[in-house]
Amino acid sequence: MAMQWLPPDWPGNFWAHWAVFTVIIVAFILVMFLAFTWFERRALAIMQARLGPNRAGPFGLLQPVADGLKVLLKEDIVPAKGDKLVHWLAPVVAFVPAMLIFAVIPFQGGALLADLNIGILYIVAISSVTTVGIFMAGWASNNKYSTLGAMRQIASVVSYEIPVVLSVVGVVLLAGSLSLQQIVAAQDIPFILLQPLGFLLFFIGALAEINRTPFDLTEADSELVAGFNIEYSGIKWGLFFLAEYAEALAISAIVTTVFLGGWRGPLLPDWLWFLVKVGIIFFVIVWIRTTIPRVRIDQLMALAWKFLFPLALLNLLITAVEILVWPEVSLWVFVPVNIAIAIVLIVLWSKFFKLGWGKVEV
Amino acid sequence: MATTAKTKEVVINTEPFVVNFGPAHPSTHGVFRMRITLDGEVVVDMEPVFGYLHRGIEKLAEERTYTQVIPLTDRLDYLASMSNNLAYCLAVEKLAGIAVPERVEYIRVIMAELQRIASHLIAVGSFVQDCGAFMTPYVYMLRERERILDLFEMVSGQRLTYNYMRVGGVSQDVPDEFIPALAKFLKEMPGWINEYDRLLKDNEILLARAKGVGILPRDLAIDIAASGPVLRGSGVKWDIRKADPYSIYDRFEFDIPTGTVGDCYDRYRVRVEEMRQSLRILKQAMKGLPRGEVRSEVPHLIRPPAGEAYGHIEAPKGDLGFYLVSDGSIAPYRFHVRAPTLINLTVLADMMRGWKIADAIVIFGSIDICMGEVDR
Amino acid sequence: MKFERYGLGIAKGLTVTIRHLLRRPVTTQYPEQRLNPSRRTRGNELIWDEAKCTGCGTCAKACHIGAIHISTSTDLVNNKYEVKSYEVDTGYCIFCGLCVEACPFEALFMSYDYERAQYRRGDLFQSKENMAETPERKVSGYFYPGRAAKLPKQSLLVDNDRGKR
Repeated sequence: MAMQWLPPDWPGNFWAHWAVFTVIIVAFILVMFLAFTWFERRALAIMQARLGPNRAGPFGLLQPVADGLKVLLKEDIVPAKGDKLVHWLAPVVAFVPAMLIFAVIPFQGGALLADLNIGILYIVAISSVTTVGIFMAGWASNNKYSTLGAMRQIASVVSYEIPVVLSVVGVVLLAGSLSLQQIVAAQDIPFILLQPLGFLLFFIGALAEINRTPFDLTEADSELVAGFNIEYSGIKWGLFFLAEYAEALAISAIVTTVFLGGWRGPLLPDWLWFLVKVGIIFFVIVWIRTTIPRVRIDQLMALAWKFLFPLALLNLLITAVEILVWPEVSLWVFVPVNIAIAIVLIVLWSKFFKLGWGKVEV
Repeated sequence: MATTAKTKEVVINTEPFVVNFGPAHPSTHGVFRMRITLDGEVVVDMEPVFGYLHRGIEKLAEERTYTQVIPLTDRLDYLASMSNNLAYCLAVEKLAGIAVPERVEYIRVIMAELQRIASHLIAVGSFVQDCGAFMTPYVYMLRERERILDLFEMVSGQRLTYNYMRVGGVSQDVPDEFIPALAKFLKEMPGWINEYDRLLKDNEILLARAKGVGILPRDLAIDIAASGPVLRGSGVKWDIRKADPYSIYDRFEFDIPTGTVGDCYDRYRVRVEEMRQSLRILKQAMKGLPRGEVRSEVPHLIRPPAGEAYGHIEAPKGDLGFYLVSDGSIAPYRFHVRAPTLINLTVLADMMRGWKIADAIVIFGSIDICMGEVDR
Repeated sequence: MKFERYGLGIAKGLTVTIRHLLRRPVTTQYPEQRLNPSRRTRGNELIWDEAKCTGCGTCAKACHIGAIHISTSTDLVNNKYEVKSYEVDTGYCIFCGLCVEACPFEALFMSYDYERAQYRRGDLFQSKENMAETPERKVSGYFYPGRAAKLPKQSLLVDNDRGKR
């Protein structure tokens, strides 16, 4: 019943392994995308004292299918003065990297498409390519709102890359390898307990990278009327929508693998544990979306450069010191120590953190 | 045009461009158009264009009798119909010299204060929605507003344009189930307002978005004749219920909340505190409701003596005034509305200069305009 | 922004939202569940009592946009007005209820029903044939407390508070 992973010397050779896992990954992304859109709308609605979609199919489970059909059947409008080739390519460039991330995430012990020994580095590199797609979309739409949205997107992604990468490096130090499979194997204690500050920094930074509330100012509904998405309709818009949820899924999967112990857990089969943890992280993302207002662009960048970046450096320094100076001490000792240090640092840094100037003299 | 940074001349040639926040936009409340000149993300200038909802109410009123004008006044500020009705009836009663029975005064106060709470719920909800909180606080406040609308539906039959007050009284007496329902509402509402405070008051991101943003200095607020929460947020303790009391407001005990700085956060806090004060007034009015009739002896077609009168009240959005000129016939000769939101929005350009586009929306949401009043 | 409460303000907000997961939603599933409108609701039609109407035209004069059209002729035998046609243009009407208040003979009522949408604009015109009170076309208690007492109670949100389980 448990899924058998295919060893490299399986008689089907490399290409069969690749084909099977590609099919699995594509199916996984598409099915989870449908499930996530449904789950988000229902959870958001119940937290807002109303019912979500519950007409299309039992409990509204066919609602994503209905949405997909609607999106496919819409007319494809291209702005007359926009750059047509760029306009056509932008959704593709935005969506494909989100899929590529899943090549290195282990669904079960050893079950992954390619066990790269630079796993985390590959993920970080690939996930930045979506920004190019979004900027192409903003540029090619020939619309001032889209361009504003695209500019904000670039500023925010560039600012948040650094704290995200630095917080992951702490985990890499503890696990001793960049490969995701080794990181999962090294988590006898889940790294969320050993690196609480790293988890928080990574989570906030990742939310900013994928443009979810409270950082969704590139597609702020109430200001820019959907930002770079304005001039898109039909399946091209559908691809942007798909890209947003695929990235949210990717972030949940990365957080699960790197901080929560991946597929490890008692009792239940491994792939089920993976799905449960991904689901929990996604629920937290939706919960945050329900509650918190949006930040402004300069506050966003101030948060990245003045708050998260120094904390990430300090986190790295403390982790490195702990590993070098006390290599034989059991890791359980570091759990309360790290949690205490995290709380102290956050409280201390909040006292000194000041946002930038708000009003400009014109 | 070179932009200057804080310390040195940066020679980057930038050009300001004009963005049109057109009449159909998710966050301009109603059909309001702004032409904003932007330099990057910074607002350099703003030009409001309104008139998209002009329906000619002032002209229409000249051809209707005094009672027929009341449904027209409903549709001025459609989110606070009871206040509009009340102001108009006060103006006509002043013009014609009609006195109203005691029970009517108490009922009018109850309706006006309930309407104030309902209007402020929408104002605060849409303000937080403009800050980006994705509908959740807004939906909670709409749920509370449903309770108030149920009460209004019980009394007048409709949920938005009530047409409830008449010259010399109200249309019908409140039914028997009104007072118990009102008592239940008054018991629950403070708990809900506390829940909103728990959700929003100390929220760091809301503080970052709204504190210090869009400051209206105290002198400027007085100079441009601002009124309502916009004026009180800037620190001026001016409320028509205390300064020029109408109806029986001088019998009730309540405070006037004011802000200190005049930023968006202060205006939001003023509105929430006003809701609490309205609950206080409601409790006192409900306890003191006397028996009696609900209409004084007023002819079917009122013919006030020739003259003019101005009746103004503290509507939820500000100082709402009706100016009536009569020439002795059954219809007003001239009917003019002093709309508080129109006068408040003249200072919008000054408040927005120097802030970013995201702040422009927040500032606009905090002064709480309703296009029905602005355009009439 | 100073994190005055070190992120605690956001944490308090998060607890408020998650508590709603345990509460029942306040919305109802229309059209399977219909809530009762108020007893005095000003429904989307007018109901006219032919027996009591004398054709005086007070309602037409009270209507502020002239949506009521009455045409009468004199009946010298019975010494009264005979109302030849009584028409209301519900497309024009704003349901303010001034006509109901104005009628001196209690011959005009607002209807209790709000689901009166039609497919064509011409169908919104009500004339003598479809203005009588029938068991399907109920009369609302607007301005007439006697009639209001016979209608079902209004569903109030403060009563069955669906905010708590």
